[in-house]
Amino acid sequence: MTRYRVSAAIALIAGLLLTYFVWSTQADPTSSYRFKLGLDLAGGTELVYKADMSQTPSGEQGDALSALQGVIERRVNLFGVAEPLVQTERASTLSGITEDRLIVDLPGVTNIKAAVAALGETPTLEFRLAAPASAGQATSTASFVSTGLTGRYLASAALQFGSGATAGLAAPQVILNFDSEGAKLFEKITKENVGKQLAIFLDGQPISAPVIQEAIPGGQATITGQFTATEARDLVRNLNFGALPVPIILQSSSAVGPTLGAAAISAGVIAGIIGFAIVALFMIAWYRLPGVIAALALAEYLAFMLAVIKVIPVTLTASGIAGLIISVGMAVDANVLIFERTKEELRGGKTPREAVHIGFSRAWPAIRDGHFTMIISGVILFWLGTSIVQGFALVFVLGVLASFISAVSLSRVFLLAIVPEHKEGPWSFLMGSGAHNS
Amino acid sequence: MYIIHHRGLFFWITGVMLAAAIGAILAWGLPLGIDFTGGSLMQVNYQEGTRPALADIEKQVALVHEGMVSVRTVGTNDVSIRARTMTPEEHEAIFAALSSSVPITEIAYTSVGPALGSQFTDKALWAIGAVMLVIVLYIAFAFRKVSRPVPSWGYGLTVIAMLAIDIIVPTGFFAAYAHFSGAEVDSLFVVALLALLGYCVNDIIVIFDRIREHLNNNEKTGLKESFEDTIGKSINETMTRSINTALTVVLALLALIYFGAEATKNFALVMLVGVVAGTFSSICRSAPLLIPIANWFAKK
Repeated sequence: MTRYRVSAAIALIAGLLLTYFVWSTQADPTSSYRFKLGLDLAGGTELVYKADMSQTPSGEQGDALSALQGVIERRVNLFGVAEPLVQTERASTLSGITEDRLIVDLPGVTNIKAAVAALGETPTLEFRLAAPASAGQATSTASFVSTGLTGRYLASAALQFGSGATAGLAAPQVILNFDSEGAKLFEKITKENVGKQLAIFLDGQPISAPVIQEAIPGGQATITGQFTATEARDLVRNLNFGALPVPIILQSSSAVGPTLGAAAISAGVIAGIIGFAIVALFMIAWYRLPGVIAALALAEYLAFMLAVIKVIPVTLTASGIAGLIISVGMAVDANVLIFERTKEELRGGKTPREAVHIGFSRAWPAIRDGHFTMIISGVILFWLGTSIVQGFALVFVLGVLASFISAVSLSRVFLLAIVPEHKEGPWSFLMGSGAHNS
Repeated sequence: MYIIHHRGLFFWITGVMLAAAIGAILAWGLPLGIDFTGGSLMQVNYQEGTRPALADIEKQVALVHEGMVSVRTVGTNDVSIRARTMTPEEHEAIFAALSSSVPITEIAYTSVGPALGSQFTDKALWAIGAVMLVIVLYIAFAFRKVSRPVPSWGYGLTVIAMLAIDIIVPTGFFAAYAHFSGAEVDSLFVVALLALLGYCVNDIIVIFDRIREHLNNNEKTGLKESFEDTIGKSINETMTRSINTALTVVLALLALIYFGAEATKNFALVMLVGVVAGTFSSICRSAPLLIPIANWFAKK
C-alpha cells in the first residue's frame, strides 16, 4: 500500500505541475507555449492552390513543389502577417490526393481578394527549348519542351537599358542572374543546343525566343521583350521576390472574421467546462468513492492533454475542441468498465483491494480492444485530410492514447492508495454504487 | 434474459428504424454542402434590426451574380449565401452589392473548387470503408481463440452489420433534420459518422469480450451452457456499463449542443442520435444476432 501511496502522491504532484504549466503559459502573452489557434478560431484566410505539374518531369516535381513553397513563403512575408503558414501536399495514391497542392494560411487577414491578388503577382518563369521537329518556326506554346531551368534557380533580377543598334530610346532589358546550380544548368543547356531557339516563358507566355549562338557561362540571361520601362521595372521587382517554377491555380479559399472565431472559442471552453463538470458529478453520484477518483484522474487527464496540445503544438480548431470533449467521454468509459468489474467482484465476496486488482485485469482486454479500434478510426480520419477533419482526428487520437494511460495507471494507483483490505463501516457505502447501499 | 427471449421483437424494431432511416434518406435526400459539391458560401452580419427581407437580398445578389443562389437567415442578424464557386472578384461584387443599402460585416467566406469537392466525397467514402474493413480484421484477430459456436470472423461480420445500421440510422435522422432545418452535410458530418464508428465498435466489443470470457471459462471448467444463456448472461452483466457510458457521452454532447460553438452543433446532434441508437443497437441487437448465426453454422 505504501508503494501505491508514494506513486499516487507523485501522480498528484505531476498533475498539479501540469495544471500550473498549462495555466501559467496561457497567462503569459509572450510564452511560446500558448495554444495555437486555427483560422476558424483566430480569424484569417486560407487559400488552397493547385500546382500545375503537367509540364514538369515527374522526377523533379518534388523539388519544384518545395521551391514553390519557398517562393510563396517569401511573398507571404511581405504581407506582414504574424505566423503565416505555407504548406504543400504531394499527390499520391496513398494519401488519396490527386494533385500537388499549396496551402497558404494567413491569420488575421480577412480580405481574400487582396491576398489572392498579392500572391498572384508572383511571376512564373521557365526556359523552354523549341522542339526539334519544328525548330526555327516554333510559335505555339505546345512546340516547346521543358528544360528544367525554372524560376527556382533565379538568384536576382536587374533592369538595364540596352544600347541596341536601333536608334532612339534604349530598350529596357531584364537581366536574370541564376544561382550557381542554375548557372551550370544554363551553361549545359546552351552548350548542347547551339543553333536552337531557347524561349523564355513568363506566366505561361513566351516573351522572347532567341536562338542560341554559343554556350553561355556565368549564369546570366537577358530578356529583351517588348517592355515599356514601367512593365520592366515591375517585372524586376516581382522577380526579385522570387519566381515560381510552375504555375499555380486557386482552387479554394476561405476567410473567417475575428468575431466568429472569438465566439467559437468562448463557446467551446464553456461547453468543455460544463460537460466535464456534469460528467464528473454523474460519476461521483453513481460510483461514490471510485467516482471521485475517476473525476480526479479525468482532471489530470485533461491537464495532460492540454499540456501535450501546447508542447507538440497541435493547432486547435472548433472541431479539435469537439474531439477533446468526446475523448473525455471515451476516457470515462474505461473507468466505468473497471468500476463495474470491481463491483461484480465485491458482490462475489472479494475484499475491496482484491476486487480492485481483479477488476482492472478483467476489464483490460475490453479496454485494449476498444481503444485500439478507436485509434484505428482516428488514424484513418487523419488520412482523410482536410484541415477541419485532421483537427478533430489528431486531438481524438491523442485523447484516446491519454485515456489509456489515465484509466489503466492513474485510477488504479489512486484507488489502491486508499482502498482498505476489508470492507467495514463507511467503506461498504463508499465502494457501492447507484441507488443500492452496497 | 429478457432481451434474448424477445430478440425477435428487437429485430423487428431494428427493421422499422432502418426502414424509417432509409425512407428519410430516399424521400428527402442528403443535401450535400460545398465541401462535397464545390461552391461558395458567405455569411454576413447585419446590424441589429437592419436585415432586409430575404427576397430583397436575393434581388441584390441576382443583379451582380448569375446562376443559382440560395440565401438563408442565420440567427437574428446573419444571412448565409450559397452559390457556385466564385472568383475573388465575384465575391467582392456581391459584398459591394449587399453593403450598398445598409452596412454589413462579412463573418465568414468559404469557396471550394468543384474538383476539390468531388475528391473529398471519394475520400470520405473510402475512409468509412477502410475503417470498417480494418475493424473486421482486428476483431477476427482479437477473437481468434474463440471459434465455437461462431467462427471468429463471424464476430467481425456481425460487428460490420451492426455498424452499417449504426451509420444509416443517424444519417436518416440527419436527412429528416436537414429537410426541416435547412442544414447541409459538411465535412464535420463525416467526422461524426467516423467517430460514431469508433464509439459503437467499442460498445459492441465490450459485450463480445464478455462472451469471449464466458466461453473460455466454460471450456476450462467443462460447464455445459447453451450459447443463448451465455449471451444473455453477458448482456445482463455489461448492461449497466453500456448505459452509464452512453449517459456520460450523451451528457458531454448535450453540453456541446447547448453551450458549444455554432459550427459543432449539427456535429454533436448527429453524434447524440448515433450514440443513443448505437447503444440500443449494441445491447439489443449485436449479441442476440450471434444466435441465428450460430444456429446457421450448427446446421452446416
